Amino acid sequence: MNRELYGKLVFELSRPGRRGYRLPQSHISSSDLVGSKGEKAPEIPSVLLRRQQLSLPECDELTVVRHYNNMSTNNFGVDTGFYPLGSCTMKYNPKINEEVASHAGFASAHPATPGYASQGRLRLYRTLERALSEIGGMAEFTLNPFAGAHGELTGLMVIRAYHDSRGDKRRRKVIVPDSAHGTNPASAAVAGLEVVEVKSLPDGTVDVEALRPLLDDTVAAMMMTNPNTLGIFEHSIPEIARMVHDAGGLMYYDGANLNPMLGMARPGDMGFDVMHINLHKTFSTPHGGGGPGSGPVGVRAGLECFLPSPRVVEHADGTLDLEYSHEALGSISATLGNFAVQARALAYILSLGSDGLMEAGSLATLNANYVKEALKGDYLLPVEGLCKHEFVFDGLSDKSTGVTTLHVAKRLLDHGYHAPTIYFPLLFHESLMIEPTETESKETLDEFVAVMRDIAREARETPDIVLSAPHNTPVTHPDDTEAALNPHVTFDMC
Amino acid sequence: MFWLPTSQFYYMHRYFPHTEAEIREMLAACGLSELRELYGDVPAELLLAKPYDLPAQMSDDEVRKAFDAFAEQNIPVKACFAGGGFYDHYVPAAVKSLIGRSEFLTAYTPYQPEISQGTLQYIFEYQTMMSRLTGLEISNASMYDGSTATAEAMMMAVAVGRKRRRVLVSATLDPAVRRVVDTYARYHGVEVETVTEAGGVTDLLHLDRLLAAYDDIAGVVLPQPNRYGIVEDLSGIADKVHARKALLILNCIAADLATLRTPGEWGADIACGDAQSLGIPLSFGGPYLGYLCAAKSLMRKMPGRIVGATADAGGRRSFVLTLQAREQHIRRDKATSNICSNQGLMTLYVSIYMSLLGSEGLREVAWRGHQTALYLLQEMTGSGRCRMAYPDKPFLNEFLLEMDADVDLDLFVRRCIEDEKILPGIRIDGNRLLMACTEMQTKEDVDRLVNVFRNL
Repeated sequence: MNRELYGKLVFELSRPGRRGYRLPQSHISSSDLVGSKGEKAPEIPSVLLRRQQLSLPECDELTVVRHYNNMSTNNFGVDTGFYPLGSCTMKYNPKINEEVASHAGFASAHPATPGYASQGRLRLYRTLERALSEIGGMAEFTLNPFAGAHGELTGLMVIRAYHDSRGDKRRRKVIVPDSAHGTNPASAAVAGLEVVEVKSLPDGTVDVEALRPLLDDTVAAMMMTNPNTLGIFEHSIPEIARMVHDAGGLMYYDGANLNPMLGMARPGDMGFDVMHINLHKTFSTPHGGGGPGSGPVGVRAGLECFLPSPRVVEHADGTLDLEYSHEALGSISATLGNFAVQARALAYILSLGSDGLMEAGSLATLNANYVKEALKGDYLLPVEGLCKHEFVFDGLSDKSTGVTTLHVAKRLLDHGYHAPTIYFPLLFHESLMIEPTETESKETLDEFVAVMRDIAREARETPDIVLSAPHNTPVTHPDDTEAALNPHVTFDMC
Repeated sequence: MFWLPTSQFYYMHRYFPHTEAEIREMLAACGLSELRELYGDVPAELLLAKPYDLPAQMSDDEVRKAFDAFAEQNIPVKACFAGGGFYDHYVPAAVKSLIGRSEFLTAYTPYQPEISQGTLQYIFEYQTMMSRLTGLEISNASMYDGSTATAEAMMMAVAVGRKRRRVLVSATLDPAVRRVVDTYARYHGVEVETVTEAGGVTDLLHLDRLLAAYDDIAGVVLPQPNRYGIVEDLSGIADKVHARKALLILNCIAADLATLRTPGEWGADIACGDAQSLGIPLSFGGPYLGYLCAAKSLMRKMPGRIVGATADAGGRRSFVLTLQAREQHIRRDKATSNICSNQGLMTLYVSIYMSLLGSEGLREVAWRGHQTALYLLQEMTGSGRCRMAYPDKPFLNEFLLEMDADVDLDLFVRRCIEDEKILPGIRIDGNRLLMACTEMQTKEDVDRLVNVFRNL
């Protein structure tokens, strides 16, 4: 690749007068616009028109294709290699999902198409909604939320709407474990709720005794992942759910860690009242370099009336329709959400089927435990015992080398791996969170283990090579301090 | 009979690479002998007692057929005159082809800049293009859609305004966006006050009265074009809003800003809305792209991710996620927003689309939509059974028609769809129809549509 030419920004490839498009013709000429008795539109006054010239790239099609194609080679995806990014469930994104998502029957449909012309699309939505309800152990789902954090926000709104409907307006406290995802407290704040943290025990699970005094009549909900962010199953969950319910609160399940529960256990059976699912994690829709995701929200029986509008409802004659009358909460989206992402998730559920889904969770758990057991000598495992889909090391076991989790992560890039999640959860100083997922083979895991051991050995014997990593990536050590001190967020600021 | 499959009774799903021997070996390495033991820490009463009540696994071809079966239940639409913020635009084939590059598609959020320069660079290009389009200095890396982007803009204004918790919203803002703004406002403790409409546009006298009546106004939200397709004259508003120490937020249809006076030129502090109109397929409502641009002084109040340019150790230009101290994974409940996953890949659609069309292309698209809209308006009203709802108000490519009392609008819509495979517009209330045109509809499409109307 010619790095000189293709290291440029698209603005630098622009040449005045070049074109990369031709519009289809409408065959309406100016003579069609005279002489009719119909109404004429008023002229648009010049005060309403743009004055400043708009500078956008002027490029032919091939220049644009090479530009973005070559840019993609500076990227690393699941299709490129192993992506053990904890909490993100970077499993294989099947090709058939992409094919059906661009099906003409879905991709070109306007969201305002009347229900009678959209029965297939509404049926697709409804089919996925029913499948998620079965897998989550919930009564009903809305698929409208656009992402996991949007699902959390929606779920917390549902919980507030429930308490408010009972005249119980003092309940504004949401309890989250200190190991929770950052989105949990942030979502609570957007929903107008206060966050109270509950401590974890040394084994990483919620301290039930520390929870007890927090449970009063101001508790709206307890928000948990299960397994938690250390990958450990919260074995006290039946007791916690009972305590929260006795105090009048609801249980919220953050579905970011649902993957190992596939085929094994359901949040609804654990006592959760409201949950969200990240379709871009557990149900294999591609993450797209940051999105689009999808964060459907499920509720137990009795809470359906608090789900947001629009809803897809089924009439007695089996036809489907859109309904806007769920006013308890209102709307959290203008449409039914990221429909093409929902289509991919349904394709995945159909591909796996009941039998495949039953296998997915335990294979994800097997892969995680296998890697954990293989590496726990070289890396410090703060909590022994079974993990679920992921686990967390507290950096290298040998703390004398000066090599930190960040250095290990960067050295992995040299070996063609994406780095694990680092410095999360906040329970340890050197958190290194590994989630292999079920779609990785034993050879891939064995090679990864070998590389991780090599890095641990390098840290002892030749630490400089780890401390100065990465060495062979497209860029090395971009200066993010300078980027934040002196932000250049557009080409015009550079 | 060596050709009989050896594994005709049981084999692993095609997405799972594990052989039975490997599973045994891996379990042994963990000191276990059965997969079920991996769940020994889960209380027995919580373990699923029976398989999911779902169909058995399918091949790719069976999945394809299942989706074909869904599609057959739809009535296909060949020409779309529906808008309301989302438009059927021409998209060059190169856009879809490049989007499908799996290095883009299957990457996570670019937390590791060394191996994410592709994602980071296209977001940086997107931010630059959106900044130029809106005439504001900065852009973030996307919000979910236009409605949530507008709600986030409202929360930004409230965060900037500290104790000010009132926001004025024009009645001419799209009602679907308004519903979302109202929901966020109610939960977030923001008072939303409606500025009424007069003659299809924001009532500026009412706006003046509200600005004078309250001391706690954090922001004013106005649409451009508005819910009826009308381009509103916003002259002088920014000064009045700023005089009350509030922020001016404009919700704009992104593609129209190549032609219309920009939020920057109107003196707005924040521009937000949906960028579906810039090369993103309609997909029955999503994924779309919420854009959010602002004056530079608001950079540290911006929600969501922002990409910045910097240099690497070798002095090479490189890109990183920047100003992360605003975000939920650092600030938790003090973050500017709870957004984490956004619509990253949709910014690639928009960047490639704008790279191919350029400024001239966007203007040609707007001009073509306008021309077709003029023809459609002339032909519809020429029937004598409908008229422009607001005849003195200018529009770009979308306008509102008021039907005679005897016109059965539902029947008209149904006949267009069933007989001509045309979606004629959006019925917004009573007997009014919102119709939009783009470069995608031909004279023949318009004539067929009008013919249905004449024969109603």
